[in-house]
Amino acid sequence: MDRFACDVLVVGGGGAGLRAVIAVAETHPKLRVAVISKVYPMRSHTVSAEGGAAAVIKAGDSLDAHAYDTISGGDWLSDQDAVEAFVREAPEEMLRLEHWGCPWSREPDGHIAVRPFGGMKIERTWFAADKTGFHMLHTLFQTTLKYDAIERYDEWFVTKLLVDAGRCQGVVATELATGKIQVITAKAVILCTGGCGKVFPFTTNANIKNGDGMALAYRAGAPLKDMEFVQYHPTGLPFTGILITEAARAEGGWLLNKDGYRFLQDYDLGKPEPKPVLRSMELGPRDRLSQAFVKEQEKGRTLEGPYGHYVHLDLRHLGARVIDTKLPFVRELCLKYQNIDPVKEMIPVRPVVHYMMGGVSTDIHGATPLPGLYAAGEAACVSINGANRLGSNSLTECLVFGARAGEAAAAFAAAQREPGPSVLAQADDEGRRLEEKFRRKTGGHERIATLRAEMHETMEESAGIYRTGATLEKAAEKLQSLQERFGDLALADHSYTFNTELTAALELSYMLDVAEAIVHSALRRRESRGSHQRTDFPARDDAEFLAHSLAYRGADGRPRVEYLPVTITRWPPGKRVYGR
Amino acid sequence: MSAEAHYTPYHPRWYRRRVSVWWWLQNRAYAGFVLRELTSVFVAFFAGVTLWQLRTLAQGPDAYARFLACLGTPLFVALHAVAFLFVLFHSITWFNLAPKAVVVRLSGKRVPDWVVVGLNYAAWLVLSGAVALIVLRGR
Amino acid sequence: MQPAVTLRVTRYRPEQESEPTLATYEVPYRKDWVVLDALNYIKDTLDGSLSFRWSCRMGVCGSCGMKVNGSPKLTCASFLSDSLPGPIRVEPLDYFPVVRDLVVDMSDFMRKLKKVKPWIIRHDERPLAEGEYLQTPDQLDAYKQFSMCINCMLCYSACPIYGLEPSFIGPAAIALAQRYNMDSRDEGAPERLEILSEHDGIWQCTFVGECTKVCPKHVDPAGAIQQYKLTGAIHWLKSLLLPRGAR
Ligand SMILES: Cc1cc2nc3c(=O)[nH]c(=O)nc-3n(C[C@H](O)[C@H](O)[C@H](O)COP(=O)(O)OP(=O)(O)OC[C@H]3O[C@@H](n4cnc5c(N)ncnc54)[C@H](O)[C@@H]3O)c2cc1C
Ligand code: SF4
Ligand code: FES
Repeated sequence: MDRFACDVLVVGGGGAGLRAVIAVAETHPKLRVAVISKVYPMRSHTVSAEGGAAAVIKAGDSLDAHAYDTISGGDWLSDQDAVEAFVREAPEEMLRLEHWGCPWSREPDGHIAVRPFGGMKIERTWFAADKTGFHMLHTLFQTTLKYDAIERYDEWFVTKLLVDAGRCQGVVATELATGKIQVITAKAVILCTGGCGKVFPFTTNANIKNGDGMALAYRAGAPLKDMEFVQYHPTGLPFTGILITEAARAEGGWLLNKDGYRFLQDYDLGKPEPKPVLRSMELGPRDRLSQAFVKEQEKGRTLEGPYGHYVHLDLRHLGARVIDTKLPFVRELCLKYQNIDPVKEMIPVRPVVHYMMGGVSTDIHGATPLPGLYAAGEAACVSINGANRLGSNSLTECLVFGARAGEAAAAFAAAQREPGPSVLAQADDEGRRLEEKFRRKTGGHERIATLRAEMHETMEESAGIYRTGATLEKAAEKLQSLQERFGDLALADHSYTFNTELTAALELSYMLDVAEAIVHSALRRRESRGSHQRTDFPARDDAEFLAHSLAYRGADGRPRVEYLPVTITRWPPGKRVYGR
Repeated sequence: MSAEAHYTPYHPRWYRRRVSVWWWLQNRAYAGFVLRELTSVFVAFFAGVTLWQLRTLAQGPDAYARFLACLGTPLFVALHAVAFLFVLFHSITWFNLAPKAVVVRLSGKRVPDWVVVGLNYAAWLVLSGAVALIVLRGR
Repeated sequence: MQPAVTLRVTRYRPEQESEPTLATYEVPYRKDWVVLDALNYIKDTLDGSLSFRWSCRMGVCGSCGMKVNGSPKLTCASFLSDSLPGPIRVEPLDYFPVVRDLVVDMSDFMRKLKKVKPWIIRHDERPLAEGEYLQTPDQLDAYKQFSMCINCMLCYSACPIYGLEPSFIGPAAIALAQRYNMDSRDEGAPERLEILSEHDGIWQCTFVGECTKVCPKHVDPAGAIQQYKLTGAIHWLKSLLLPRGAR
């Protein structure tokens, strides 16, 4: 075991992590700062984001309008002080990225162009064709190369947070190429490990999105906030779950049921107009659109294919020119993975797990309740997204709160002393655990793939678009038994070198923890709000549940759920109105 | 396990493949590429002949007549034929590559590749025509 | 429809063997499966110890590059149906050291990328308060193609020059340098030209052109290198012919 030391350690090299690490390097150039990531930073899942990133820049738009869209979109579960900070700092963060070279799409006169997005009253979504996340991530990554001070640990997989004397003081990781177990001590750690879509079977998320950071924080004693809020995106390709971006609807795409009827008009989302209308119909919020799909399916008005029920997304009327300039990636993905051409054919789509509103609970500076531990990006829950995130807010969130967490963590680290020797003893224990329970482990009867499949099935059944108490109860029991069976895992790969079976096993254990947090939080929330719809409690209940849930890891290893009031500043809870 | 095959825990033991001398036979594109590289020999040959020609010209009519006689031998005719083929190959592949190196923009739009290639061929034709004219008229 | 397809996969277990070996797996055939799905099937049900990289399964993260039937490909974008009836040969990318099975070491590229300074270089930074740099769609178009690189390394694996001369900076890194040179906001072209005119830079390229053919994102690295050579040559001529002030 080697020991490395730094002042601020960022775990995760996605949009949030890279923004955070630059913030540290720029505001505190004397600190030793490093980023550790289980994949090369430019492989992080931010790379897949397509549609765009929201920030107020155009005349006629206002910060209040962005804030109101975000808060109503989140069904009033967003902390309004955080939302206000978010919309205020968003434009500057986006401009900064422009100055770093991000190839934003432009107006003919050279100004930044914006497009409409779901749930937004005014168009304010910046985009780089439909590869926004890809361009943002590569711009950020290439910009980090400019700072010699930034240390990188590429393809190192974090397995534990080191906590001593009540504060987080570093991590243990395994270096994939050699299998060596390494310790990196730090005066502050920022978790930017992204979401956890892989807890579900059908998701737009990449293979690496296993909720690692959430589970690491949870095990270290920090609470997970609002984990019951899982976003389904209404338009994924049926077999692969590959996302067809909301930008396709923003440019004018229609959702049609099996009769070629724009069914959203039946669900209080407005009247069908030939041109897209903001905050209406296809540009309603994602939770409402996905729920409409399920209702439509119950009425027998969806189509059925080898991979389940689906509806059609029709872009044909946009014409080849619009599709090729504004949505080239949509066309590429449809041609490559679905063998259809959206210029001539309708795209089959169905709702697909997309985004985790919940995450490691942080304050407005990205600080978690555990001193020295910070979080940002999808792994964190500040919360600006409330019960339902608006499309194009999360890339911006990565920038705004990545920067905030970076600055706050750097300021904290500057005032701390070097970590003491007892964290090294903890690291030794962790090294032993990894060796005995995983790499050298023989015997055992359970396969990773089997446990994962059973977890997937459980989550889809219980924590999908509509939920009930009874299935959630059953799911909680099932997950507990999966946790026990995990101890009996059979592993075939005992090598040190690039052992991906070992990482798959660790990822499964993270996902099981996250799944339990989701199910227990969903079970306790006996109301329907945003993306959390309980058929046994169909109404929103502000009297009891205008509050964030906080899932702590209990002494028995099961989640214990507590509540924290929502911060309301200027927008008292109201009715969510779309299309009117 | 062979003798050098020891692995030390935590130390990577990469496998590096050596590139075989025959790598260029692996696929057609590589072979074509090596062929194009080879054409430089023949371009040099032409240049050499021209230099020789200049020298004999300077040495007077006798030397030049001998030079011409030499060119007429079957060996030289054959050599020239082969060299001509290679140089032709060189020119064609070169012209086809031209749009890669020179990106022409007219009022902001990129001029399509075939136009750039076409212009190259046109220039080639015109020049060859001019040369032919001079040579044939000189008779 | 055929029920199954055979995959012949290169294995290399550095702790047990000093050379790669070949393993054969029988995988069910599905019309909508890509080679990556087949590899995952192997890992999940036949042999958990097979190692390979992947993440996005939508052709944008750049992790899953391997050689499929001899040519460098993104395995998440290569359908089994394109290689029927099989067997399908899956190998690690050429010219990189193999770490394990289908995993190669690409730290060499990461060093080279940094070397070409792939970030915006300005004499004077424009303050954020003054808003964005204006850039017309045509100016954007001038470098857009080169900005599409996903760092998948297929082009290196197709480049025999890189194989023979590993110090060559190589296609993707040069394309990315050119991406910034052509960006109307950037002023760093002379700095980058200096680096790329060095021995390991553009002049090593003898224009095989395969890099452009295998590139899954139509980046055209070969074009970038040729453009660069032209710039380099003109720059050299100027420095030869013109007095200092006029360059
Ligand atoms: C298909 C798709 C399209 C999207 N489109 C949009 C959009 O148009 N607009 C929008 O605003 N949002 C969009 N989103 C959401 C948005 O992309 C994500 O929420 C955001 O990119 C998350 O960024 P991140 O930095 O938090 O995490 P990620 O980019 O996921 O990065 C996580 C990082 O953590 C590292 N990591 C994780 N675990 C470990 C570990 N154990 N050890 C070491 N390192 C670890 C990973 O290596 C990685 O570097 C989209 C999401 C998807 C799935
Ligand atoms: S230039 Fe093309 S082939 Fe080369 S790394 Fe980039 S995307 Fe891959
Ligand atoms: S898995 Fe991301 S490019 Fe293939």
